[in-house]
Amino acid sequence: MLAYSGTVGDVFKALADPTRRVIMDELVLRDGQTLFELCARLMNVHGSQSSRQAVSQHLAVLEDAGLIATHRAGRTKIHTLNTEPLRSITERWPLDR
Amino acid sequence: MKARLQVTSVFVDDQAKALAFYTEKLGFIKKTDVPAGEYRWLTVVGADDPNGVELLLEPDEHPAAKAFTRALVEDGIPMTSFRVDDVNAAYRELEAEGVVFTQPPMPMGPMIGAVLDDTCGNLIMIVSPAPEPD
Repeated sequence: MLAYSGTVGDVFKALADPTRRVIMDELVLRDGQTLFELCARLMNVHGSQSSRQAVSQHLAVLEDAGLIATHRAGRTKIHTLNTEPLRSITERWPLDR
Repeated sequence: MKARLQVTSVFVDDQAKALAFYTEKLGFIKKTDVPAGEYRWLTVVGADDPNGVELLLEPDEHPAAKAFTRALVEDGIPMTSFRVDDVNAAYRELEAEGVVFTQPPMPMGPMIGAVLDDTCGNLIMIVSPAPEPD
């Protein structure tokens, strides 16, 4: 796990930003979204003022931390949630002791 | 001077394929089809508005047009949007016919929108008004 942590960006830093947490919330509600859909949901559901470029940068941070993955559907880039890196938190500080 | 809309356009990678999709799937009807060099001046109109604004199915032959449409498609951004009576019904109907959607119907301000792949290099949004809240 330590070795794994060394290869990805900081999960804690990625989770520290409220917009990035909302992006993860929206992917829980509907996994597999385009940048356009995520921007629309942030604006319509959360009243976010984030620019498309800012959302794109947030997605890059989340992807670097392993919290989202991307794939192509045709020529369109799709973002999916990956909560696996969160496991390292409860492995480090167990819920049941 | 008062300019008004007569024609708007989408870049397509194949005019024949585009004419088939826009008429058979989206329900437009062909308006003008005349030879123009190695391509055609090819327009369609809404079935209920044959004298309305025409949609030009314009070849994406210019390299910048291809780069432009590709970049939009990558980020899921629609090239343009078309009004339908009921997005939810249209979504069910088109998906059953094999049309690929990148975004199912979702509220977007006062409208509901869904995004589909026109198979000719574009994503297209279809919209209808959101129902009035009870």
